[in-house]
Amino acid sequence: MLRDAVLVAGKDLRIELRSRVLLWQVVPFGVLALILFALALGPAPSALRHGAPGLFWMAMLLASVLAASRSAGIEAEEGTRASVRLLGLDAGGVFLGKAAALFLELCILGAVLEVGLLVLFHVDGARLGAATPLAVLAVAGLAAVGTLYGALVAGTGVSSTLLPLLVLPALAPVLIAGERGTAAVLAGGGPGRWALVLAVMLVVYGALGVVLYGPLEETS
Amino acid sequence: MAPAVSLRSAVALLGRFPALAGVDLDVEEGCVVAALGANGAGKTSLLQLLAGLLELRSGTASVLGCDLARERVEVRRRVGLLGHRLSFYADLTPAENLAFALRAARRDPSGASASLDRVGLTGRLASTPTRSLSAGQQRRMGLAWLHARRPALWLLDEPHAALDPQGRELCDALVDEAACGGATVVLTSHDEPRAASVADVVVTLAGGVVTDKRTGDRRHHVA
Repeated sequence: MLRDAVLVAGKDLRIELRSRVLLWQVVPFGVLALILFALALGPAPSALRHGAPGLFWMAMLLASVLAASRSAGIEAEEGTRASVRLLGLDAGGVFLGKAAALFLELCILGAVLEVGLLVLFHVDGARLGAATPLAVLAVAGLAAVGTLYGALVAGTGVSSTLLPLLVLPALAPVLIAGERGTAAVLAGGGPGRWALVLAVMLVVYGALGVVLYGPLEETS
Repeated sequence: MAPAVSLRSAVALLGRFPALAGVDLDVEEGCVVAALGANGAGKTSLLQLLAGLLELRSGTASVLGCDLARERVEVRRRVGLLGHRLSFYADLTPAENLAFALRAARRDPSGASASLDRVGLTGRLASTPTRSLSAGQQRRMGLAWLHARRPALWLLDEPHAALDPQGRELCDALVDEAACGGATVVLTSHDEPRAASVADVVVTLAGGVVTDKRTGDRRHHVA
């Protein structure tokens, strides 16, 4: 399974390097969303700092749906899906590989948006650094959920519109736990139980993905 | 010797539509079978069933000694399918696509370049993103994949489509090589004379069933 996961992750990352969808579409979308959120809050630094955690995770959430849609779209062509099924890859390995590649892409997105928090929202750099481990945990959850739901809508013919509808409610716990935990760390405290919530979510969705990815691919 | 393919009253559905409505077919190992028929006759569905991609709803089906009802995943590992549509990652080059597929199939990826050479995808073509290749070149890439993987059962859906005359000759040569090497080949076609010339057996499908079976022009020889 791990061998197949490494193979699939390498393939997805190579495709991303070639197509640069993350660089030219997903990251600019996330940055644009963050800028618009900042404009909506107005110039007051205290209001910006107060709203920063929630708006950061909203921007991450919206951009990650785009990234998940792109990740699922790599195998969207019917011929490609059939060929992949004929390769004999372990379905759990395919899930882990796709989720790992999406995780790395979302980490890059998160790093860019954190810079946006420093520039636009006047957030303390040291505290933002302290919140990064929690953000990495949340991003792993986003990747696991996005990959699983990407498989769920694959082959429907309306995946680009159906995926946001299905995945956003599933990602709500990540948004809530990420926002609360980040806000706590930026206020000078620790992430507390929110890190645990994110860890549990990651384990649950990771396990579901390994088990369900194959059956979902079969029915798509 | 058990036949490579044995179908008895095989039924497969596309949605609720019976794409195959009770197919009976036996194919000997090392044999080339051409399946003819009008659009919608069930040719592509037959190949998808044999590849383990379409569920057997009733009847019995055995492919390479595996029961299609219970061992579809095992069947998939042993067959190669050249379908109508692009079967590869459009952003990867032919060389990258083949290397990935060979690694996934637990094969030596160094065999990719020899297979690409065999189908004429050399030099710049081997390192061009697949989306930039013509339909015929993508078809050649599919043939290269089969050549590299050497499955026990080749399933070719209108393999001559989009190929130039040299490409069609190449395709026929690869089919003959595969069969001479012991592989079994099932191909579909609308070009009856051409298909009959490369096949040991020609079957005709209509309405999801085999309606005619006759001998083709190829001499059947098993290695």
